[in-house]
Amino acid sequence: MIASASAVNRLAWRDAIGFPSITLLASMTGFGSLVHESDLPLAMAIAATVGVWGLPGQLALVEMHVAGLSAFFVILGVALANARFLPMVVAFMPLMNEARPKSRWDFALVQMLSINSWAAGLKRFPEIEKTLRRRYYIVFAVICMSAGTLGTVIGYFGVGLMPRPIALGLIFMNPLFFAVLLAGVQSRPSMIALVVGAPLGIMFHLVAPDLDLLLTGVVGGTAAFLLNNRLKGRQSAS
Amino acid sequence: MNESSAIALVLLTSGAIVGTYLWRGAGVMFAARIKSDSPVFQWVTFVSYAMLGGLIARMVILPIGPLMETPLLFRVLAFVIGVGVFFGGGKRVLPAVFVGVATFILLVSFC
Repeated sequence: MIASASAVNRLAWRDAIGFPSITLLASMTGFGSLVHESDLPLAMAIAATVGVWGLPGQLALVEMHVAGLSAFFVILGVALANARFLPMVVAFMPLMNEARPKSRWDFALVQMLSINSWAAGLKRFPEIEKTLRRRYYIVFAVICMSAGTLGTVIGYFGVGLMPRPIALGLIFMNPLFFAVLLAGVQSRPSMIALVVGAPLGIMFHLVAPDLDLLLTGVVGGTAAFLLNNRLKGRQSAS
Repeated sequence: MNESSAIALVLLTSGAIVGTYLWRGAGVMFAARIKSDSPVFQWVTFVSYAMLGGLIARMVILPIGPLMETPLLFRVLAFVIGVGVFFGGGKRVLPAVFVGVATFILLVSFC
């Protein structure tokens, strides 16, 4: 059990500096370059990274806006793209706050939660003294967010300075990053929904470009939900 | 950029931030009081993932913006190679993205 503040700080540093920071730096470089190439301002790129703090929602924001959708549908799309934060927070908070009462600070701290800090917290919290878990989360999440913000700025300015093929590669990095990060979630429900959604996304884009993502979500998500329930029913019956 | 479109962008981005935060804030409020595996949440998660699957497919096959100038074949090929490296190489994110993006850059540069 890790029970000293400095040991927790060191652990959080060590965990965050490697894979999570590099991943965030790289993926947000892609995002920053996309914002630049979409002729949108740097302030919007930074605000989206720090404020939305989830690549899927950030990409939905830029892509749907550039596609010319009205603000209402863009915001609805971004919100739906980030719906996974609710179950993540519900699972995370009780573990982090096991030793202390809920506080108003939780409402601020939760803004820094991302898939990286979520996974690291769930993995490390059992080894960390209950009163020090929040410290681990804060150190880890601040490093991640700094790396993400730095990546956004690098991508935004970098894309204009690079040879065209590399700049295009940075933009192309967005859907690829996004796909492997989601595929890494490794649960059957999410895979079913991703695979069902992909062809629907193309189809609805061709027939109803304004509502394509929302229709894809509702139609594909409901179909995947029913399909998964049937598979589950069959498994428990056999 | 003129002033009205700047204001529109500020409102849009703020709306996106608030729309995302609602899930986080609700999570803090309800943590420990609700089960995250209830059918309604499951359905919302499915909707969210189906939407993201659709968005990924659209960004690769029917992109908006600079990727429009690249051939469809390059995008699909590089994407399939990247995802293939991911599943074939022990589900490591960075090598998969690196190989996929490098393939794409090479195709765009030399083909």
